[in-house]
Amino acid sequence: MKKLLIILLLTFSFGALANEAVELQSARIDLSNNESLQRGAKHFVTYCLGCHSAKHIRYLRIANDVGADPQKVLKDIAPEGASIYDQLHSAMNKHDAEKWFGTQPPDLSLIARSRGADWLYSYLKSYYIDTTKPLGVNNLVFKDTAMPNPLWQLQGEQHAEQRKTIYGEYTKLVIEEPGTLSEKDFDLFVNDLVNFLVYVGEPVQLERQRIGKYVILFLLLFLVIAYLLKKEFWKDIH
Amino acid sequence: MKPNRLNECGDWVLDRFPVSKFWNEHMAHYYAPKNFNFWYFFGSLALLVLVNQIITGILLTMNYKPDAKLAFDSIEYIMRDVPWGWLVRYMHSTGASAFFIVIYLHMFRGIMYGSFKHPRELIWIFGMLLFVALMAEAFMGYLLPWGQMSYWGAQVIISLFSAIPVIGDDLSLWIRGDYVIADATLNRFFAFHVIAVPLVLVMLVFMHIVALHEVGSNNPDGIEIKDSKDPWGHPVDGIPFHPYYTVKDIVGVAVFLLFFATVIFYMPEMGGYFLEHANFIPADPMKTPEHIAPVWYFTPFYSVLRAIPDKFAGVIAMGGSIVVLFLLPWLDRCPVKSIRYRGGIFKKALFLFVVSFIALGYLGTQPVTPVATILARLFTTIYFGFFLLMPIYTRWEKTKPVPKSLTKDHSLEEQLHAIEEQIPALIEEITELKPVATEIGHPAFKSSFFNRRPNPVGIKNVATRLAKKVIESLD
Repeated sequence: MKKLLIILLLTFSFGALANEAVELQSARIDLSNNESLQRGAKHFVTYCLGCHSAKHIRYLRIANDVGADPQKVLKDIAPEGASIYDQLHSAMNKHDAEKWFGTQPPDLSLIARSRGADWLYSYLKSYYIDTTKPLGVNNLVFKDTAMPNPLWQLQGEQHAEQRKTIYGEYTKLVIEEPGTLSEKDFDLFVNDLVNFLVYVGEPVQLERQRIGKYVILFLLLFLVIAYLLKKEFWKDIH
Repeated sequence: MKPNRLNECGDWVLDRFPVSKFWNEHMAHYYAPKNFNFWYFFGSLALLVLVNQIITGILLTMNYKPDAKLAFDSIEYIMRDVPWGWLVRYMHSTGASAFFIVIYLHMFRGIMYGSFKHPRELIWIFGMLLFVALMAEAFMGYLLPWGQMSYWGAQVIISLFSAIPVIGDDLSLWIRGDYVIADATLNRFFAFHVIAVPLVLVMLVFMHIVALHEVGSNNPDGIEIKDSKDPWGHPVDGIPFHPYYTVKDIVGVAVFLLFFATVIFYMPEMGGYFLEHANFIPADPMKTPEHIAPVWYFTPFYSVLRAIPDKFAGVIAMGGSIVVLFLLPWLDRCPVKSIRYRGGIFKKALFLFVVSFIALGYLGTQPVTPVATILARLFTTIYFGFFLLMPIYTRWEKTKPVPKSLTKDHSLEEQLHAIEEQIPALIEEITELKPVATEIGHPAFKSSFFNRRPNPVGIKNVATRLAKKVIESLD
C-alpha cells in the first residue's frame, strides 16, 4: 500500500518537475473594462495589423461589444478606408511576408486561446538586443522568434543580463535606453493589447457567462422540482 | 361515452401499429429491481448525451464545411457569426467528453456489480461494440475542426496501421486516401462521423436495450429478481420502470445538466482537456507540434501504446487493452456477481485496476520521460494483470453469502441524517475541554464549542477507526 502511494505521488509530481520554461508574468484580464478593450483595439490596429490579420472579427462586432459608436470605431480605430463590416485584414501581401520574414505572420484571432494571455503578455515584454540574430533582437519567452519587436520605441531597448543567486542562474532583462513610455505605462499598454486579444479569441465570453447564471439557476429549480416529484412517486416503495 | 374524433384517430393508429405494446414492454410493464443506486443513472444519461450529440451535430453540419481549406474557418464562423452557434458547438464538444465520462462510469458499474455475467454476456458484448464505435466516432469527429492537434493526432493514429507487417503501408494509404492526412481524409471522416458511425451507434443502442429488457436488469446486490415472483407473475423486488425510474432518472438528468451547463458556460476548454490549446491553430502539414497528445479519453490506451518499445507490439497491446474487455464475461470465474458479496482479492484487484487506468490516462497527456515510461509499463502490467489473471484469482475468492432477496439501501436523506447524528459525538471525541475557559466577551464565543481544543489522542483514535473500516471494506 505504501509503495503504491509513493508510485502515485511520483506519477503526479514529475510532470511539474519536467516543466523548465521561463516563468510567465500574469496579465490582468478584465473583459468588462470597455476602455481597456478600446485602447487595446487601437493598439492592435496601430502596431499589429500591419503584418497580422484578425480575420475572424469585424469592426462592427468590436464596436458593439466594447460599447463604442461604430462611427467612432471607424474614425479612431480602423485604418483609413476600412468599412465597418470589414474583418480585421492585414495590408501585407503574403508573398512579401514570406520574402521578408521567411514565414507568413499568423492570424491573431485565436492566438490568446492557443498561447494564453500570460504567455502573450510576457512575450511582448521579453524582447532584448541580440546582435547575433538577423533582426537584432531575441526573445526570452519565444527563443529565436521570427518577429521583430514592434513595440521597441515604446518600451526602449532591453539587454539581457545573467544574474547569479544561490538558487542558480537566471536572465534578467534591463532597460538600457528608455522608450517613450514609462515602465508602468508600457505594462498597461501591453496589458490592454492582451486584454483585447483575449476578447478577440472568443467574443462571446462575457455573454455566455451572463447567460450561464440563468441556466444554472433554472436547473437548480428544476432539480428541486424533479426531486420532489421523485419523492412523491417513491413514497410507497419500501 | 360519446366517441370523439381524436380517440377514434388514436385507435385507428393503435390497431395498426403497436405503440402501446412497445410502451408497456419497455417502460410501463418492464420490471426493474427497486434498489438501483447512484451508479444506475449512467445508462439513461448516456442516451441523453447521444441525443444531445445527434441534435447539436445536425445543427453544426448546417454551417460546417468539410474542406481542408474551409473547415477551420467555418468552425470559427459558427463560434462567432452563427446565432447561438457557440452554444451548439460547446454543447457538442463538451458532450463528446461527457459521453466518455458517462460511459466509463457505466462500464465501471457493470464490472463492479457483475452486470456482464450470465445471463447478460450479450448485453456486455453489445456495450463493448458501442464503446468501440463511440471511440471511432470521437476520433473521426476530432479531425473535423482541422486544428493542429486534429491533424497531427489523426496522423499519428492512422500511421499506427502502417506498423502492421506486409499490408500496413497500403492499408494506411487506403484509410487516408492520400499519403498524408489531407482533404480526402477529412471528407471521408466527415461522412463516417455524421452518418455511418451514428447509424451503427443507434442500432447498437437498440440491440443493447432489447437484450437488456429480455433478461432484465442486474442490481447492486447482483441477484436475479425474476427468481421470486408474486401470484401475478411480477418480480417481488421489481417495480415498473415507468413511472418509478423515469421520475428518478429525471433527477439524475438535472444533476448531470448542472455539471454539463457549468462546463459549457464557464469552462468550455476545461483547462485544455476538452478543447486542446493547440487545436486553436489551423492544421499545418509542415509544422509538427512539439507534443502530440490525444484528447483525454483516449490517453489510457495511448499510454499503453507508448509503454511498449516496439511499434507493432505497441499497436497489438493497445488493441489488446480493448479486446480484453470483450472477454470479461469468460475471464471472471466467480459465481457471485456483486462486489458486495465478492472476496477481498477482487476488490483489491479492481482498486488497482482503477488506479492504473487513471494513472495511464494521466501519463498519456504528458510528454515521454524515462520515469514516465517505467511507470506506464508498470501500470500497463497491472491493467492486463487485472484481466488476464482473473481466471486464476477469481477462483480463490472467498465470497460472502448472497441474500435471497434485495437488501434495503438507505436513502440519501437517511444517510445524511445518520451522519448528522454522529457529529456531536465525533466532536466530543476529537476535542477536549480547555483547562481554562476562554474569556471572550461576546456570548457567541461562550458556547461549549469554543471552550474545547483538539485532542490528539481522540483524532488518532478516529483516524485509526476510519482506516480500519476502509481496510475492512476491502476484505
